[in-house]
Amino acid sequence: MGAITAGRPSLPGGSTAVAALAARASRVAWWRFVVLGLAGVYFLVPMFASIRFAVEQPGGGIDFGIFTSVFSQSGFGGAFSLSVRLAIVTTLIVLVLVVPTSIYIHLRVPRLRRAMDAVTTLPIVVPPIVLIVGVLQVAPSFLKSSPYLLSLEYVMLSLPFAYRSLDAGLRAIDHVTLVDASRSLGGGWITTLLRVLVPNLRSAILSGTVLTVALVLGEYTMATLDQYTTFQVWIVNFDQDSAQISVAASLMSLVVTWALLLAISFLGRRRASGLWWTRRRRIAGS
Amino acid sequence: MADATLAASVSPAPASLAAGGGGRRSGPGPLSVERAQAVRHGIALAPFTVYAALFLGAPAIAVVIGAFQSPSGGFTLHNARIAFTGAYLQGFETSLELSAITSIIPALAGALIAYAVHRGRPTSFLRRAVVTASGVFAQFGGVPLAFMFIASLGTVGLATHWLDNIGVNLANLGFNLYTLSGVAFVYMYFQIPLMVLIFLPALEGLRPSWREAAHNLGARSWQFWRYVGLPVLAPTFFGCLLLLFGFGFSAYATADALTSGSIALTPIQIGSFLNGNVIAGQQNVGKMLGLGMLVVLGVVMVLYGLIQRRFSKWVR
Repeated sequence: MGAITAGRPSLPGGSTAVAALAARASRVAWWRFVVLGLAGVYFLVPMFASIRFAVEQPGGGIDFGIFTSVFSQSGFGGAFSLSVRLAIVTTLIVLVLVVPTSIYIHLRVPRLRRAMDAVTTLPIVVPPIVLIVGVLQVAPSFLKSSPYLLSLEYVMLSLPFAYRSLDAGLRAIDHVTLVDASRSLGGGWITTLLRVLVPNLRSAILSGTVLTVALVLGEYTMATLDQYTTFQVWIVNFDQDSAQISVAASLMSLVVTWALLLAISFLGRRRASGLWWTRRRRIAGS
Repeated sequence: MADATLAASVSPAPASLAAGGGGRRSGPGPLSVERAQAVRHGIALAPFTVYAALFLGAPAIAVVIGAFQSPSGGFTLHNARIAFTGAYLQGFETSLELSAITSIIPALAGALIAYAVHRGRPTSFLRRAVVTASGVFAQFGGVPLAFMFIASLGTVGLATHWLDNIGVNLANLGFNLYTLSGVAFVYMYFQIPLMVLIFLPALEGLRPSWREAAHNLGARSWQFWRYVGLPVLAPTFFGCLLLLFGFGFSAYATADALTSGSIALTPIQIGSFLNGNVIAGQQNVGKMLGLGMLVVLGVVMVLYGLIQRRFSKWVR
């Protein structure tokens, strides 16, 4: 805008007003670029620096082999497989426990929705650092000697995310009509749940699952204080031997998280463009 | 809640269970119909309720009770006398200071970035890039974030080196990644994008017609912001500020990985109790520190809930 005004200096009448406007617009634009530029530096420099830090060789030169060498470091395999097993167990419990409960509340006792909102916010009030203190106090010894105690607690930590995602999915579909239709066609409750509701909530359930997996793979606080070497705990402990390996493993951990979250946004898009079987039918029919 | 319903009507359960799927119409009177339904709700919700009570309720209650117990199990206020004096009181002060810094600055910075993006065209590449990047960076946290900053601004970090080359010595400027200023700087990395993500939709809730209406009525730009814009945005802003405060206050992983547990924050101090660094007779002081955190976070979340309930009707 400033350029246009500058190109027409001989504009008659009200030129001062136009110039003032133009000056203001350019001032606003200048201000915007400074803010976004500073933000860009703050957010991109650490990313770039840590990649450089990981791949730089002591004698100079660059070696991307550091990322594959993470896999062969001592303890990596055990730590990563423990994290994966914890993620699987946690996800299974979330699916069996939280999904039916959320559906039931929406369908049969919607007046409890507000209470459920409050309950699923509680894990934010009781942060992991406080929760683990109480868990180590009350858990029976057979649970304390198993790493899967962590999974049992991770279910609670993932509750805010898993429930929010299911809640959004349930609000988006007309579950009352779907259930009535299924029931009047003679479907029992189990049939209705598994063959009508779950397929319609597919992307909500999947995104809840992915958020849970991302949370478990990234969790550090409870695992380290419960003395189990999960992936994140391993990264921190390995720092004693090689900070470079720890930085490389951190970057890989971030990439895994991104990939999982990318999967969610992909699922969201799929839902927007129609459920997969209707789309397939449409293609087949055309 | 479901427990209470279950307990209140536990006796007629077998009868209504036998009624099966059509239980709604099978009772002889309206009262037992309601009862049968309450029982069914109770049974259906019991697994979740019991699970949450066991794995969230019981540990939380254990922390609260333990905070007032001596190592031998008797009631005492001794833990509170230790937890709220000296080094531990300082831990709370440092934690609150850190949360305040890492909520106020990111809230302002995030709002500014959101506004800078909002002033552009709504379909611009810049806007999409900022929203996508915010979504990614808001997920940063925990251990990987700490190592990213160790690699950048640590004593042997690359950015430290670059700055040194152009004559800026961070250590001389009083910045140390492994102290409060460093931890605060790192926390902002995920707090600012969170603010952008929450605040940008609120900015879009400011309808252009409000601004036009204000101008038609003769309002100047500052008057629009003073009487319309800021009052509408304030609840979102303060709600988000409270959330950021809570996140900053309860974070453990980043600070622990960054400072190897050497910074005196309340979560780190609780962690060192669990790691067995305990003076005899003080075993339960960690639980009192935990109770202190619960109280702070409880107040924060109640305030957040009040703001949400009172003002959510404004931003639609």
